[in-house]
Amino acid sequence: MSLDQLYQQIILDHSKARHGSGLAGTAAPDGTSTGQSHQLNPVCGDEVTLRLAVENGKVAQVSWDGAGCSISMASASVLSELAEGMTVEELHQAIDSFREVLRSRGKIPADPEVLGDAAAFEGVARYAARVKCAMISWVAAEDALNQAA
Amino acid sequence: MAVVSTPATLERALPAMDDAEVLRIRNDFPVLNQLVNGQPLVYLDSGATSQNPLSVIEAEQEFYEQRNAAVHRGAHHLAVEATEVFEDARQTVADFVGADYSEVIWTSNATEGLNLLSYAFSNAGMWAAQGRGDERLRELALNPGDEIVVTEMEHHANLIPWQELAFRTGAALRYIPVDDAGALRMDLAGDIIGPRTKVVAFTHASNVLGVINPVAELVGLARRAGALVVLDACQSAPHLALNIKELDVDFAVFSGHKMLAPTGIGVLYGKQELLDILPPFLTGGSMITTVTMERAEYLPAPQRFEAGTQRISQAVALAAAANYLTETGLDRIHYWESELGQRMVAGLEAIPGIRVLGPAAGQDRIGLAAFDVEGVHAHDVGQFLDSKGIAVRVGHHCAQPLHRRLGLTATTRASAYLYNTTDDVDQFLNAVAGVRAYFRA
Repeated sequence: MSLDQLYQQIILDHSKARHGSGLAGTAAPDGTSTGQSHQLNPVCGDEVTLRLAVENGKVAQVSWDGAGCSISMASASVLSELAEGMTVEELHQAIDSFREVLRSRGKIPADPEVLGDAAAFEGVARYAARVKCAMISWVAAEDALNQAA
Repeated sequence: MAVVSTPATLERALPAMDDAEVLRIRNDFPVLNQLVNGQPLVYLDSGATSQNPLSVIEAEQEFYEQRNAAVHRGAHHLAVEATEVFEDARQTVADFVGADYSEVIWTSNATEGLNLLSYAFSNAGMWAAQGRGDERLRELALNPGDEIVVTEMEHHANLIPWQELAFRTGAALRYIPVDDAGALRMDLAGDIIGPRTKVVAFTHASNVLGVINPVAELVGLARRAGALVVLDACQSAPHLALNIKELDVDFAVFSGHKMLAPTGIGVLYGKQELLDILPPFLTGGSMITTVTMERAEYLPAPQRFEAGTQRISQAVALAAAANYLTETGLDRIHYWESELGQRMVAGLEAIPGIRVLGPAAGQDRIGLAAFDVEGVHAHDVGQFLDSKGIAVRVGHHCAQPLHRRLGLTATTRASAYLYNTTDDVDQFLNAVAGVRAYFRA
């Protein structure tokens, strides 16, 4: 597998233009229920703090701060774009689907219907050392979602 | 190419190694002869773990095929032979670092050696408090008010055991900081190492900065303060001629797998008079004289610290590795690796957006270089290099405090050994030059 299949354009784009990045600058909308989670990968020092706001059973806002490699940062960006507007149930399904694909060592293809741009991370599943990079913000989102919903 | 700056003592070491010799050496290392991602492997991660020559692999295999038995017990032929090669290995490794035979204690690795030592110190406190053992244990015991000194550049293995020893004993942990270039603040060391200091633990050569620390100066400060010295020789024993007695440290550790031997074997060196009175850490079989249902008496070193069946084949293989290095010549290896290190740093410094940690080109360093690539995370750098068959280490290299001090969380590290050519370094440099463009940094 070539490097370009790992670092797809969508990933490189999102690693630079980070959707949802900047916790301090974006207060959660009034009337929403929020959850916040901090996740750390001690192996490489990747770090994500993600806050998720839920209103009427839907994800109203995802906001995060993070430091890490292009995979981890792009993954957080794609996740926050994808999650906003989803129902709590839909986001849970997306997180489960993303985890299943990433842990499959490349055996399970990503479903773009469920995962949208996050399907671009399919290639990461072949790089065992990088799976945690892609997963870190999704683990944070799951934790935050459980607190908020 | 950069002018190589090396200690004067090395200038006599002729003939110097060259690429032609290294290519012959490579034939001894089967693992290096493979394609990775369609490209010939360029292995620049020996600072993490080194590769094994055939003579080492064969030594271990031969042990299992011809001599395998438990040592120091049993009167049968194999047991005698196994004990012989096991203890011969100890002598070989002792000679390799200029130690005496019974001052070499087998451990799993340097980490275990440092933990063993730190627990032996806290046991010394308990023994002294109850009047057990030698009188001199009272001086070795750490108490509230005492201080342990380390440096800000230590590998976690030479930091955390001392943090925990401080916790157990009530002693305080202090450290000698590094400056922005990563050099020890020796101007402060004289104040930090003082009358309260009981132990000074520091690395001989930094696994991140590549700098070789001023051992004699630090030993001098420790002696003035009446403190014991513990040397982490993980990045020096494999790469330069080490004479522990000349360095006059009290304890030293190194790992076999960083010097051409298998994993699971390492050495704790200690001065005989200290080892013989320090309480053991692990207790059990093989390390006792008399055992009753109430208590036990212990053998002197090295058996005192080698409870249970030992890593016999690994010890034999470590001796084979020491022989391989001795036959090639440690001074020649040191000189060659210094050249490779200089080539790395000079090349890296010439690439825009690269910040090399530690000494600048032209200043002494061992054959490794850790660096930051502006705008690209170390994990991405490592992945990019791997796609070209180049193996490097990425992360904090088990030195989080040092990285924090230098304003970084993770770096990329290339580390060379006697089997690396100048072409390896050039391929690495060419690849690094393409990293920022690929990630649009």
